[in-house]
Amino acid sequence: MKQLLVFVKKEFKQVFRDPRTLLIMFGLPIAQIVLFGFALTSEVKNIDILISDHSKDVVTTEIVSKIKATNYFIVHEKTMGDQEIEKTFKGGKIQCILIFPDGFNNELIHQGKSEVQIIADGTDPNTAKTMINYLTTILNEYQLQKFPSSALRYQIRTEPRMLFNEEDNGSMNYIPGVMALILMLVCTALTSVSIVKEKELGTMEILLVSPFRPVMVLVAKAVPYFILSLVNFTIILLLSVFLLHIDVRGSLLLLYAESALFILTCLSLGLLISNSTNAQQTALLISMMGMMLPTIIFTGFIFPLENMPWILRTVSNIVPSKWYFIIVKAVMLKGLGFRFVWKETLILIFMTVVLLSVALKKFKIRLQ
Amino acid sequence: MAMEEKVIVCKELTKRFGDFYAVDKISFDVSKGEIFGFLGANGAGKTTAMRILCGLSYPSSGDALVAGFSVRNQQESIKKNIGYMSQRFSLYENLSILENIEFFGGVYGVSRKEIKDRSYKLVGELGLQKEAKKMVGSLPLGWKQKLAFSVSIFHHPKIVFLDEPTGGVDPVTRRQFWDMIYDASASGITIFVTTHYMDEAEYCNRISVMVDGKMEALDTPGNLKTKYGSDSMEDVFYKLARAAKRTGD
Repeated sequence: MKQLLVFVKKEFKQVFRDPRTLLIMFGLPIAQIVLFGFALTSEVKNIDILISDHSKDVVTTEIVSKIKATNYFIVHEKTMGDQEIEKTFKGGKIQCILIFPDGFNNELIHQGKSEVQIIADGTDPNTAKTMINYLTTILNEYQLQKFPSSALRYQIRTEPRMLFNEEDNGSMNYIPGVMALILMLVCTALTSVSIVKEKELGTMEILLVSPFRPVMVLVAKAVPYFILSLVNFTIILLLSVFLLHIDVRGSLLLLYAESALFILTCLSLGLLISNSTNAQQTALLISMMGMMLPTIIFTGFIFPLENMPWILRTVSNIVPSKWYFIIVKAVMLKGLGFRFVWKETLILIFMTVVLLSVALKKFKIRLQ
Repeated sequence: MAMEEKVIVCKELTKRFGDFYAVDKISFDVSKGEIFGFLGANGAGKTTAMRILCGLSYPSSGDALVAGFSVRNQQESIKKNIGYMSQRFSLYENLSILENIEFFGGVYGVSRKEIKDRSYKLVGELGLQKEAKKMVGSLPLGWKQKLAFSVSIFHHPKIVFLDEPTGGVDPVTRRQFWDMIYDASASGITIFVTTHYMDEAEYCNRISVMVDGKMEALDTPGNLKTKYGSDSMEDVFYKLARAAKRTGD
C-alpha cells in the first residue's frame, strides 16, 4: 500500500511536468467546450437578407422592421428587378431575398390577399429551410396580430414548446456529447500512452523485476488518471454551467457516480490498448485517431443514431460513449433519477468488466 | 572460494518454446560477492536465462535457487532480494536524481528515513551534490548509467543483475563503472553481468559462455585462456561462438 502511494505520487509529478499531457488533459476540454458551445450550434443566426420592396407602404415597412427586430437577420435593402436576383446570389454574401411586389398593401386591402416572394440560396438546404421558416413565422404572426378578424372561423393554433430547453439553447445537446467525447479521448489516450511510455523507456522492465506486483503497476497508473479525469469532468461541468448557462437538473451525485463509472470504462480501454502495443506513437494513434471518429459518429450528439442504417446502429452499441451520452442527457438535462438509467449503467459496468479482464489477461501473458 | 555461501544455484535449468530450446539444461553456482560474467552471442539464450533468474519467466524444467528462493514458485521473494539494471537507460528522465532514488527506494520498500539518509550519502559519493535536484534527463549518459547502477543496489540486494550495463559508454566512464562494481562486490553484493566487451570480461572473477542455449565454458578468465590456447578473451569467445548453429536475433 505504501509502495502504491509512492508510485501514485511519482505519477502525479510526471503528469504536472509534462506540458503535452497537461495540454491534452486541460487544454482540450476547454477548447472543445468553447468550440461546441459557441461556434458549432445548429441555430442559424446573422443571415444576410436582402429585401427588395417595390411597394414601400405602411404594411411592408412594418414587416421589414419586424424582421429587423429579430437577431436572426442582417437586413440589406435594395429595390431591384428579377434579372438581378441570380447575380446577387452569385455575389455570395446574400443568403436570402424577400420581394414585396408593387402595390402590396393595395392588393391586400382590396382583394383580400397579397403575395410576397421568398427566395433562398438552396445550396445549403438545411439553412435555406430554416430561413424560410423564420420568415414565414414572422409573416404569419404579423398577419394574425394585424387582422385578427380576417382569420378563418375555425383555426388550429399551434403552441410549440421545447421541453427541458425552453430557451432553445443550442449548446444543450452538445454538452453531454462533448463530455462523453472528451472523457473518452483524454482518459483512453493518456492512460495508454503513460504505460507504453514506461515500456519504451525500459522502466517497465525495472518495475517488473521489482517486488512491486505487476497488477499494481496498472492500478498505480489508473489511480492518478482517474482522479485527474474527475477534475477534468468538474472543469467541463463548471464551464457548461457558468459559461453556457446549462443547469444540472438531476442529482449531482448521480451524475458524478455515472461519470466515474464511464471514466473507469475508458481507463480499462486505455489499459487494453497499452498492453497491445509497445510504441507511444501507436498507442496515441489508436486512442486518438482510431477512437475520435467512431466516438463522434456513434455517440449520437451530432448525427442522430435513429437515422442510421441498422448495421451502423448495431455498431454504435459497442461504443461506450453512446451509453454515457444517454445517461448524461437523462440526468443532467431532464433531471431523471437512477431508475431511468439503470439499464445504460449496467451496460457500462459490463463493458468495464470485460475490457478490464481482457487487459489483465493480456498483461499476464506478456509476463511469461 | 569453494566453501563460500552460494547465492545462485542453477540445476539443469531449461526453457523451451515449442521444440526450440532457448536455454538447454544449464547448471552453475555463483558465490556471494562474486563477479560472474555471463557471455554469449546474440540469440544464445542469455536474456532468457537471466529473465528466469530474475523471476520474470518460469523455467520449463530444472530449477534455480536465487538468494535461496526457487524460480519455480518463490518469484516474489526473489524479487525482494535482487537488483536489476539493463542496457537501456531506465530511470525517469523527468524526475530529479533525488526523486528517482526516492521512487525506486520506495518501490523496494526502503523506509522514508532510510531513503533520505542513504540518498544524500549516495549523491555525495557520486559527486552529484549540485545536480541532485536536476532532472535526470539533463545528465550525460555516463553519469546516468552510474546513477542507474547506484539505484539498482540502493536497497542492498544480495544479487544485482546487470544486462549489458555499459553499452554506448566511453572507455573512461566504463572503467569508473567497473570500479563501482568492484566496490559493490567488496561489500558482499553478488554481481551477475552480461557484456559484449571482452576487456570487461577480463574483470570478472569467473566467466560462462553460452552457445546455442548450452553453457559451453565456465571458469576464470585465466584458466579459459590457457584451456583454449588463446592470449585474449576475445579469441576464446570467438573460438566458442564460432561453433554456434543458431543465428543471432
